[in-house]
Amino acid sequence: MSSATTTAEVTSVAPPRERAKVLLPAILFLLLALAPLAVSLGMPAGWLALLTRALIFAIAALSLDLILGVGGLVSFGHAAFLGIGAYVTGIMITEGRSEALVILPVILVTCALFGAITGAICLRTRGVAFIMITLAFGQMVYFLAQALSAYGGDDGLTLYEKSTLLGFKPFASRTSFYYSVLIALGGAYLLVRGLVASRFGRVLRAARENPTRVSVTGFDVTRVRLVAYVISGMLAGLSGFFLANHTEFVSPAFMSWQRSGELIFMVVLGGVGSLHGAIIGAIAYLIAEDALSHLTEHWRAIFGPLIILFVLFTRGGIVGMLRKLGSRHG
Amino acid sequence: MTTGLLIVQILNGLQFGILLFLVAAGLTLVFGVMDFINLAHGVQYMLGAYLAVTFVALTGSFVLGLVLALAAALVFGLALEFLVFRHLYERDHLDQVLATFGLILLLNQGVKIVWGAAPLSVPLPAFLTGNVALMDGILYPTYRFALIGSGLAVGALLWFIVEKTRTGMLLRAGASNAPMVSALGVDIRKLFMIVFAFGTMLAGFAGAMAAPILSVEPGMGDTVLILAFVVIVIGGIGSIRGAFVAALIVGLVDTLGRSFMNDLLRLFMSAPSARATGAALSSMLIYLLMAVVLFVRPEGLLPARGRT
Repeated sequence: MSSATTTAEVTSVAPPRERAKVLLPAILFLLLALAPLAVSLGMPAGWLALLTRALIFAIAALSLDLILGVGGLVSFGHAAFLGIGAYVTGIMITEGRSEALVILPVILVTCALFGAITGAICLRTRGVAFIMITLAFGQMVYFLAQALSAYGGDDGLTLYEKSTLLGFKPFASRTSFYYSVLIALGGAYLLVRGLVASRFGRVLRAARENPTRVSVTGFDVTRVRLVAYVISGMLAGLSGFFLANHTEFVSPAFMSWQRSGELIFMVVLGGVGSLHGAIIGAIAYLIAEDALSHLTEHWRAIFGPLIILFVLFTRGGIVGMLRKLGSRHG
Repeated sequence: MTTGLLIVQILNGLQFGILLFLVAAGLTLVFGVMDFINLAHGVQYMLGAYLAVTFVALTGSFVLGLVLALAAALVFGLALEFLVFRHLYERDHLDQVLATFGLILLLNQGVKIVWGAAPLSVPLPAFLTGNVALMDGILYPTYRFALIGSGLAVGALLWFIVEKTRTGMLLRAGASNAPMVSALGVDIRKLFMIVFAFGTMLAGFAGAMAAPILSVEPGMGDTVLILAFVVIVIGGIGSIRGAFVAALIVGLVDTLGRSFMNDLLRLFMSAPSARATGAALSSMLIYLLMAVVLFVRPEGLLPARGRT
């Protein structure tokens, strides 16, 4: 009875929502594509570097949203994938293999393997235990990176050159690096969105609401979740590749558990489960972090309470607020 | 690897395990009774250590400083409960994780502002300096014995309260089935205040006791928090007995791994590669242990729910 009413409600509000689902991401990507123009119009050049960094984290946040928002699995070790991507890049460049077409497959395979092994163990548990186990696996990779004394250990590894693509150097110029990241983000967005819209995505979403019912229907919930976990990890590895090229430095701090917490916050800030929300959240987070850190060295003492207030008093993140604004005016 | 060294390291492992138990017990109780993930538990441990630094210096007496630090940690914890945690009980785990993560950022930075970023230390109390001779030529610091002893005493007290008192009965019932306890007319909010106060005290006590032997610095709670998570996941979430057993196992495995992994590996590899592998393997050892335990028993070693 009640489920019938909910379905009716959902169908009745679906058309404007569907429109917003296309419109908002389209505007977002258009603005991002035009951003370098702002620099030529007088925005400080450092701003583009900040935005590049934001887009890199947006890839990671987007990948996290696939398992956290769509799958309902709170992974607290997602920075591990980012760190693996960055370390593979750093180590391979140090060893003289800077071709992206060599590095990327290695990253994807490593992240897929790590995701498959840890995911298979993590997914045996649910709820809080899942949060804690992903956290613990994240720490494991963190300590492993600390122990890599040949590659800087605790101090990290400085890269003296950037990765090349087919022998060219698209990452050398600030603008072309920006567009490379934007293209990767766009590709990742389309991929994840396609996945979510597919039957696979529907099963993943349904399992978030009621895993028992889904498994009774004949789907292997754990397998679907594991596949999502692995894909999500591979995408986060991709963002690690760009991050290493951007900062020209990798260190264990890339995968500290605080970094995983920040990724979760980016997703929640933007709006859980909406995909473009994760992108908006990452950009908003990095701009806020940058602004506050220019204000005081103790910016975390301001940022922490802001997070708490945000959690206590808002629902649906930035995308939710935009949607509310949109429905009020439209 | 001499027997003497082995004994010393086993004692170190026990002492570390007992510290972990004090932190993990509060964490697992809060989670077990209220289904609440408190990431800020680690900073409460850190705060205990910082308050001990201040109060021991202020009063000039270790015992008095310890008592004052505990009281202050308790007051601070209750203030946090009133200001933040109270509003999160009904929310999902994601909200709890995020809000308490925000608290960590605030408090780690807060202690930097108040006490500075440089590591601080607490002098050993005069009556506990010196060493105890275990056997010929093997000395062990008296303070560490005191730490093991007081940790065990607090553990025993906790066991007594949880297993033998009415409050403890409600706690156990709450950990098994909180809605049922609430339906039977128990004020679950008040119960949680007690649990929370308990947990805060235990974490603060662990921090204050660790202060003389560790360096007191911002972020010191984060490492302990993660280890406490490992402990309660291995032991079985919500289970105090599980936390005790797992804390001792983790303490021993971690300490012994760090001291003997090199020697062990050197039996079948060269010294430099043994050193490199040993360093990586020994920091990962407890996480590997956790993975194995969960693979075999996803509920942990001694799960709280559905006790048999």
